[in-house]
Amino acid sequence: MSVIVDVEHLKKYFPVQKSFLEKLFTQTTSYVKAVDDVSFSIRKGEVFTLAGESGCGKTTTGMLLAMLLKPTEGRILFDGTEIAGLKSEVLRLLRRRIQIIFQDPYASLNPRMKVGEAVGHPLEIHGLAMGVDKTKMVLEMLEKVGLTPPERFVDLYPHQLSGGQRQRIAMARSIILRPEFIVADEPVSMLDVSLRTVLIDLMMDLRKELGLTYFFITHDLAVAKYISDRIAIMYLGRIVEMGDKEKVFSNPLHPYTKALLSAVPVPDPERNRKTIELKGGVPSAIHVPSGCRFHPRCPYAFAKCSAEEPKLIGIEKSHKVACHLSKGRGKGVK
Amino acid sequence: MPLLEVDSLTVEYRARRGIIRAVDNVSFSLDKGETLGLVGESGSGKSTLGHSLIRLLPYSGFIVGGYIKIGGKDILSYSEEEMLSIRGEKIGFVFQDPMTSLNPIKKIGAHLVELIRTHRTDVSKEEALKRAEAALSDVGISTERINDYPHQFSGGMRQRIMIALAIALNPDIVIADEPSTALDVIVQAKILDLLERLRDAHGMALILITHDISVVLERCEKIIVMYAGNFVECTDSETLHKDPKHPYTQGLLRTVPNIELADQKLEGIPGSPPDLLDLPSGCRFWPRCPHVMKVCRMKEPPMIELGDGHSVKCFLHGGVKR
Repeated sequence: MSVIVDVEHLKKYFPVQKSFLEKLFTQTTSYVKAVDDVSFSIRKGEVFTLAGESGCGKTTTGMLLAMLLKPTEGRILFDGTEIAGLKSEVLRLLRRRIQIIFQDPYASLNPRMKVGEAVGHPLEIHGLAMGVDKTKMVLEMLEKVGLTPPERFVDLYPHQLSGGQRQRIAMARSIILRPEFIVADEPVSMLDVSLRTVLIDLMMDLRKELGLTYFFITHDLAVAKYISDRIAIMYLGRIVEMGDKEKVFSNPLHPYTKALLSAVPVPDPERNRKTIELKGGVPSAIHVPSGCRFHPRCPYAFAKCSAEEPKLIGIEKSHKVACHLSKGRGKGVK
Repeated sequence: MPLLEVDSLTVEYRARRGIIRAVDNVSFSLDKGETLGLVGESGSGKSTLGHSLIRLLPYSGFIVGGYIKIGGKDILSYSEEEMLSIRGEKIGFVFQDPMTSLNPIKKIGAHLVELIRTHRTDVSKEEALKRAEAALSDVGISTERINDYPHQFSGGMRQRIMIALAIALNPDIVIADEPSTALDVIVQAKILDLLERLRDAHGMALILITHDISVVLERCEKIIVMYAGNFVECTDSETLHKDPKHPYTQGLLRTVPNIELADQKLEGIPGSPPDLLDLPSGCRFWPRCPHVMKVCRMKEPPMIELGDGHSVKCFLHGGVKR
């Protein structure tokens, strides 16, 4: 499979707001290191999932890929073209091919825009269709996302729709430009449980039908396991483990991945639960711990962990991990 | 005598568009030391039911029928002053959102001291402070932090403070309304472990309200599934997992991914929950039900006892002449 998105040493630092006095008397600015040297590539047609806890930088990474933020450092190649620092005209052409679905369907739709207008708006912006053509395409898209009959929905306002229906509208709006790559930022986490699977299945059907590639952001590892082809686990701005879904879930190597997986609730009363306890909470992304950023909480930490940052290295085919314990080993830590 | 007995409780909201019956004629009981899971989607009435148990409904909400008995006494006849002897003392409540449930300009010690001294007027300040410290160490917060403000704590820690407030007066029952929903998965597991530990240490009964059926299956002995204001199925967790009877429960279990299974085939439930102002006639689930029969559209099914404490509100299991 060919690579559609290639990310190399991507960084995004946000400067910390200083008060007036601090501005006068301090020279240095501190930064929130939201994304701190992340590299991965996404293959055409796959579902690549970025999973992690809140504040780990997964949404920032998604915004960078969707060109809604400019990276501090590093490169993002989309189909061979570097997208950081493109001129606005070229960028606009590229935006047609990259779309995003946001988490909150209550906030991502303009309350004063009718469904038909909202879904057809991208066509107008890109000057692709007007009038009857536009209406025809809008109806077609609404039908594709399962809002049938589409004529019933075009003249409704978002507040007249349920959360699931709104997320379908957001979906229709993102596919109307026939993009190749979609960043989906927790698209189902705001929805009721009984609607999630329906929407995920819709996303997967559209992938087949339209040949889409998804960059899926989620904190829900059970959902991640259900939909992904490959998955990357992020912790405090870094990817700690990445690989084929089967490998990461059946043989997690990083102590953080193990703890994360052990904490996921399992719908089975007879299962013996063994949660791996982690010390403390996630440290601040301003003062990142030295060495491995996970070492203050890691149950297996040793001297080297606080001194040297482990690199993301391949342990076996399509399975990488950033942990000193796994270095030079074919098998995971016991 | 059960600790808590709820019989044909009905709760309504008077909204501008009409009357919304959020909880419709529900009955259950809770024994000492039991863990009850109340699971349902948003709008199913699970939070309204939880809040009704301590009579803490918003101004538009009214309990219009049934009774709630605690220790054999109907608390619906209590005055507001008398309710003080229930809230906090008999029933502790952990609210959903730890970010907004604490007073931002009050130290956490002061939260606890106020609670203790409001209920126990004879307790001195020093004694109250001692009890506050005990409650904090119970939930795993260092007593050195007693003079910190809520904003100095993370989400998980704030939820621990909420739990400390709920258990400070040693209630018989703790109701936790989505205690871990706003939290990350690792913190969520820790909070639920903490609630279980406290339940065992203090011999409390626990009511866990959540939308996450995985959580209740894993943590609760008894489970009640709610849909559009009704109880649709009540049973123990093993039975619910192995042999769910209501089509909605069956659908719910098919739609939840299990991280321990490889190659799961999930199925969604078509349609969406009904608008409570515009309920379908008959069974509320019939527009989404794969087994819908003629009678389902006309009559509301009764709660049918299947034995062993398993009951289900569905005509497939009786209540209709064949």
